[in-house]
Parts: sequence; structure tokens; C-alpha cells
Amino acid sequence: MGVTGGSALKQGLYKLIFYIVCILIAVVMFLPFYWSLLTSLKPDDEIFAMPIQWFPKHLTFEHYRKAFSTVPFALFFWNSLVLAVSGVLANLFFGSLSGYAFAKLRFRLNKPVFRVLLAAMMIPGIVTMIPTVYVMRHIPFAGGNDIFGGGGNGLMNSFWGIILPGASGSFAVFFMRQFFLTLPSDMLEMARIEGCGEFKIFWRIYLPLTRPALATLSIFTFQAGWNSFLWPMIVLNDPDKATIQMGLQAFSYNFQTDYGPMMAGALVAILPILVLFLALQRYFVQGIAFSGIKG
Amino acid sequence: MASMRKVERHEARTAYVFITPTVLLFAVFTVIPVVMALYLSFTNYDVLSRNDWVGLENYRRLIDDSLLWKTFKNVFLYSIIFVPLNIIISLLLSMLLSRAWRGVKLFRTFYYLPTLTSAVAAATVWIWLLHPEFGLVNGLLSYVGITGPAWLSETSTAMLSIVMLTLWQSVGSNMIIYLAGLQGVPYYLYESARLDGANKWASFRFITWPQLRPTTFLVSTMAIIGALQLFDQAFVLTQGGPANVTKTPVYLIYQQGFNQLQMGYASAQAFVLAVAILIFSLINMRVSKAEESII
Repeated sequence: MGVTGGSALKQGLYKLIFYIVCILIAVVMFLPFYWSLLTSLKPDDEIFAMPIQWFPKHLTFEHYRKAFSTVPFALFFWNSLVLAVSGVLANLFFGSLSGYAFAKLRFRLNKPVFRVLLAAMMIPGIVTMIPTVYVMRHIPFAGGNDIFGGGGNGLMNSFWGIILPGASGSFAVFFMRQFFLTLPSDMLEMARIEGCGEFKIFWRIYLPLTRPALATLSIFTFQAGWNSFLWPMIVLNDPDKATIQMGLQAFSYNFQTDYGPMMAGALVAILPILVLFLALQRYFVQGIAFSGIKG
Repeated sequence: MASMRKVERHEARTAYVFITPTVLLFAVFTVIPVVMALYLSFTNYDVLSRNDWVGLENYRRLIDDSLLWKTFKNVFLYSIIFVPLNIIISLLLSMLLSRAWRGVKLFRTFYYLPTLTSAVAAATVWIWLLHPEFGLVNGLLSYVGITGPAWLSETSTAMLSIVMLTLWQSVGSNMIIYLAGLQGVPYYLYESARLDGANKWASFRFITWPQLRPTTFLVSTMAIIGALQLFDQAFVLTQGGPANVTKTPVYLIYQQGFNQLQMGYASAQAFVLAVAILIFSLINMRVSKAEESII
């Protein structure tokens, strides 16, 4: 079956259709981004021009200035950053520590505890939301509470109320365990014979090998922390502690007619994840392929 | 032999130390709240003063709560449209991009981008996209001579708008999972099918689809669990309106619990939702298994 002129032509046509379809879908997926970017950079009179103006005649950064000056958007941005980064660091550390234990160390409760952790992933968040508020409010010694957890606000209206419940998520543990399982165990035996301490074996030998997994988990947890909305809205009442998602929501609600600053705000709220994703992208697919998420 | 047991004991001790933070956090923020959720659903807890045992009163009240059943109806309607479309589109995208042609990685990145956006930012952007007069969607429709509806304020299109938004936001991540699944399908299956004279559709029907069953099960389960807990998008995009057609159970529970402080009753509602999610996951599991025995 030699390649004849006819089949080469057919192959070329096939490729052409493939690329046209792919580009069309890419345009659809990207259009909302482009449209909001365009809106955020157009002066007001051009925003409401019909028919659609695909390219702005004049560029202005006025909407960005307005978004940051009418609402303390920079403060919201900072708050979200603190929360998301804490979430990432906590999950990377505690998640990999437990993931390592479940993957590499033998102990009687290994399977049962791991199963319970996994099963808990199936519990819908809304079920635990109300009682978690109760628990938060009554954490002993926190937020003016006494030893019995009475008297104060506990961890409500505190960043800890957001960081702690998600500090070692089941997903992080599961994800890291899957990755540690792919690493050989003989390095562990060797290091023990050499007299290396257990934490050092984990920290110096195994953890550095999981870099793709850590990168992928970073994206997931940063995204979860940065994008979370309902729980921070419940825990934080102080306007100075609001996150960017809460700020953006309140902001778009108040600015129903002012679409320029609204789009500027939305893009600012998307930007950090976009940057992180593009920076860590090369690890990302690798991390997913190894983790066994493929099912 | 004695030293062997010593190593094991040492290993187990290390493991328990390593998993302690995770288990502790899990106990405080998952186990206790789940148990408490059940307890609270039998009380009239309202944060401020009351916390009396009311028995099945909350559950009796649920039966006559027409708004609750409306929210269930809304979210079922949403899921019935969203979940199959999500699976079909993400599977098609992954099959489109599973070949190793030039530029495929770039397309994957483009299709994945919406997944990174937060529900709040995406909804904010879509408020503008769906603007009846100046929105991009109706602007594009006007090119082909269609006068688009006022998407978010008409009862017939409000839920459809949320479906469009969430599809745009979620097909990218499921595409990645399907891509990983496709990589696991042994190539010789396709080759031998081709030798047997199978056409494209036949090799999809008898090789790709059955081989991807675990992946489809994973994707559909996550989609169902997520869909039944729809909140962020409905909260930002439509505020549950118009005429409550986009109000979801999580939205109602949030309002009941945190605006009206009827946390006991809200807990009962949350439990009903959790049971509904469980039932649908089990049905999904059964459906997946049933097909397996047929083929």
C-alpha cells in the first residue's frame, strides 16, 4: 500500500478539516476572555456600540483604575493570595507526609484509615458546612474562647477558619499516595541501613522525586483556595478580610451597569491562576498521567 | 526475627506520627461535623439561643416545603441536561485532540483555560456576554438574523444560561481525564479491529467506549455530585431568579442556615440533598455495571 497522490491529497484534506474544527472550538473557548479583555480596555461609549466592535479604536486603563479605587480590590487580592498560598503549603506538606506513610510504611491501620479518608471525599460539602460553623465557633482558646470553647467567636471571622479545614485534604493525601506508590521502596531500605532518620528519608530522598506531583497538586490547591467562594463568605464577616471572589461578587452586584470595571475586576481575579498554570504546565499533564486519575 | 519485629514497630510508629496532623484535622473538621449534622437536623438550633431536640419535626416540615422541592426540580433539570452534554463534549474533544499532530498541545491548553477561572469570575463575565442588548451572544445571533432572548431574566432561558456557562467551564478538565484514559487503550485492539474490517464507528462502539468505561464512570460521578451542588454560578449569575427557576438546594440551605439562622432545619435539608446525591451516585454505579455484563 504505497502512498499514492490521491491518498496524500485525502490526508491533507483531512488535516485541513481537523485544524479548522480545532481552531473554531478554540475561538469559542477563548471568546469570553477576549470579549471581557476588550470590554475592560474600551472607553465607555465604545462598550455599548452596536454592531460588535471586534477591535477597540481607543485603549484606556481607566476601568482598571476604577476597579481598584472604588473597592479595596488590592486588599481583597492580598487576602486571597495569603489564603491560597497557605492552603497550598499546608496541603503539599501534610498531604505528602501522610501520602508517603500510606504508600511506603506498613502499619495495621493503613488500609482502614485510608479508606475512611477516601470515603469522606464523597460527602457533599453542604452537609458539613453548618456543623463546621458550630465547631469553628467553639474551638477552645481561639478568638476569646475559654477551655470549653465558650465565650468568644472561636475561629469565625479568622483566616484560620478557612485554612485549617482544608489544610490536609483527602484529595491531596490520595494524590500524593498514588505518586509515592510508583517510586521503588529499596531506597528506603538502603537509607535505613545507613542509619538515616525516617523524616530525613521522606524529606531528602522521596519528596524531591515527586516534583511533578507537587507541581500539579499546587495548581489544584491554589485554584481551589483562590476560587473558593461560599465557605469564605460564611466564615468571614469583616469587610477587611474579604477575598477577591467575595469582593468581585459584591462589586459586580453593585455595578450592574458599569461593565468596564466589572470585566477588569474579573480578569484580575483570573490572572494569578493563569500565570501559575502557564508556569507549571509542563509538569501538569505528567502529574495527572502518574497519579492514576485516569481511573 | 526479633529485630524484624522491631523494624516493623519502628515503621508503624513513624507512620502514625506522619498521619497524625491529617487524622486530627479530619476528625475535627469532617468526622465531628458529620455526626453533628445528623444531631442538628433533629434540633431547632439557631446559633443565638435555641438548641432543643424537636425529633422528626424538621423532616416533617420538609415534606410540605414547596420551595425545597422546586429547588430539587431545578437542579435535576440542570443535571439531566448538563451531565450528558458534559460527557459527550469532553469525550469528543479528547478524541479530537488525542492524535500527536502539530499544535495539538496548544489546542489542549486553549480548551483547558476556562477550567481555571473561578465560578464567580466566569459568571461575572457571562453576565456581560448574555446582556440582552449589548452582549456578545446576542450580538453574534444578530449576525444570522436572530433576536436573542434576555437570557438571564426569562424563566425559559435562565437555567439554559447556567448550563452554557458551566459547560464552557468544565469540559476542559474532563477532556484531560479522557485523554489520559485514551492513552490507556491498547493500540493493538484498533489494529486487529481494522484487520477485521471494522469502520470508525464500530471501533469506537466496541473498543473505545467499553475501554473508557472506568473513565466515564469517574467523570459522570464527579459531574453528578458537582451538578447537584450547584451554587456559585446560580448565586452570581441569576441570584436564583427569575421566579426561583435557578434557585438550587445548596442556595436554599445557605439562605435558610445563614440568613434566617434556622440551622436545624437547614441541616435536615442538607441531609435530604446528601441522600439524593448518594442515590444518584449509586444509580450511576449500577448503570455502569449493568452495561458491563451485557457486553
